[in-house]
Amino acid sequence: MAEVLVYVDHVDGAVRKPTLELLTLARRIGEPVAVALGAGAAGTAAALAEHGAVKVLTHEASEYADYLVVPKVDALQAAVAAVSPAAVLVPSSAEGKEIAARLALRLGSGVITDAVDLEAGDEGPVATQSVFAASFTTKSRVSQGTPVITVKPNSAAVEAAPAAGAVEALEVSFSEQATGTKVTSRTPRESTGRPELTEAAIVVSGGRGVNGAENFSIIEALADSLGAAVGASRAAVDAGWYPHTNQVGQTGKSVSPQLYIANGISGAIQHRAGMQTSKTIVAVNKDAEAPIFDLVDYGVVGDLFDVVPALTEEIKTRKG
Amino acid sequence: MSLRIVVTVKYVPDATGDRHFADDLTVDRDDVDGLLSELDEYAVEQALQISENSDDDVEVTVLTVGPEDAKDALRKALSMGADKAIHVEDDDLHGTDAIGTSLVLAKAIEKAGFDLVVSGMASTDGTMGVVPALLAERLGVPQVTLLSEVSVEDGTVKGRRDGDTASEQLEASLPAVVSVTDQSGEARYPSFKGIMAAKKKPVESWDLSDLEIDADEVGLAGSWTKVEAAAQRPARTAGTIVKDEGEGGKQLAEFLASQKFI
Repeated sequence: MAEVLVYVDHVDGAVRKPTLELLTLARRIGEPVAVALGAGAAGTAAALAEHGAVKVLTHEASEYADYLVVPKVDALQAAVAAVSPAAVLVPSSAEGKEIAARLALRLGSGVITDAVDLEAGDEGPVATQSVFAASFTTKSRVSQGTPVITVKPNSAAVEAAPAAGAVEALEVSFSEQATGTKVTSRTPRESTGRPELTEAAIVVSGGRGVNGAENFSIIEALADSLGAAVGASRAAVDAGWYPHTNQVGQTGKSVSPQLYIANGISGAIQHRAGMQTSKTIVAVNKDAEAPIFDLVDYGVVGDLFDVVPALTEEIKTRKG
Repeated sequence: MSLRIVVTVKYVPDATGDRHFADDLTVDRDDVDGLLSELDEYAVEQALQISENSDDDVEVTVLTVGPEDAKDALRKALSMGADKAIHVEDDDLHGTDAIGTSLVLAKAIEKAGFDLVVSGMASTDGTMGVVPALLAERLGVPQVTLLSEVSVEDGTVKGRRDGDTASEQLEASLPAVVSVTDQSGEARYPSFKGIMAAKKKPVESWDLSDLEIDADEVGLAGSWTKVEAAAQRPARTAGTIVKDEGEGGKQLAEFLASQKFI
């Protein structure tokens, strides 16, 4: 059976959820071989083996943290040369897409980004993408070279599928370009204790109707009652009420959770582009004419300052 | 010292229009108005600010690859303050994918001459966000991308990249490729004077032969990816809408419980 390379996104050995989802998709196409780079790489093996990696190729070097993107491209290129895989899968983060694109160009291969599903096909893997603010769905494949495909978080379920996960050292020699862009300092994001926005099963968002940074506490309280991530519309972010890292929409994050709760968000195309593929959509808005109500499974026309706290209370009561 | 900045821009279908696909599964550009991609306005703005903050002799060239109408995008950038423009247009470019587009842009950037390339974070139609990285790979220069803050001094570009897990300070020597996000600073509106001045600024037109690119390296046939099907997403079935009469929160909780979210 053909091998499929899976690029591992991890923080000091802790594998992030989208990588485990990639293993589920990789198993549809072939045998997953994971590539883990940088500090803590060897520590990823147990989690990867549990989810189907037959092999884990690792390489630890300071270059991965000290320089931008290119050292990782060099390593993946070495892994492709070593394995001759049927495809290379990379999580669809900003960095993941850059790594994938440069790798594809070096391999003389086509690249597909932001797939939301992946199936084996007669002529190679077929990727489903959601385009034009999620108003269209396309099916595409790579027609030249080894397919390089980035996949969005929440595109597949994490499945236990124990495999050998044998750790092997990957031989990497860095290219001249590898040290071109130096990372002179890195400030880790302060943890909010909430799930990561793109990975969360539930997202609770606030928009213009929240009307002030201080009022986001009621959005956060609802999120916490559900164990959800907090999102914000561009209007709320531009007004300085919530950080840009939480922005949902075309120029922010694109999310696809099981449940999306939009509060005080009108539902402009900008915003819809980032949340329209959510499984269940719920909205609270004063304006009965707001376009967000065209998308919802359940909507409440009302003042979010009444409805949201009441909802939070009711959830807490029900959860005991 | 002189500093040559090339800003790559894209002419895209208006996102508020009814965007769809043509029969050959390329983006239909005929039925929707086009404009300079909003995210590229930030690139033009940062290039102009670098120019204004520099003691060097700076020239800002805007470059686009696209059909005849794409000149509108160049004109907008010129009216914002760019010095000159290059339009790469060729019938054989129809259906070119991101890898092919990066080839055309890289050849044009090399022909124009550059110390710094400034791009937007992504286009508002394809939204892949990979062209700046591809340009760096093709041009063999450092990639300093997705910056929320950028400055150029003494042949060095510095900037802040805000990632999912950390905020990073980056540094590279020129020549380099930079991309900037929508957090890098509001783009200026063209002034009346700027609009008038833009009419006199030079716009060069190049085709594939000017760039020594063969037709089979680009276009639909030269694409390394193939769109096999495109379907409009079915409209979401109408949901239940209730008016809050004091019980809205409870009703919503009831719905969430019925869907097993609570």
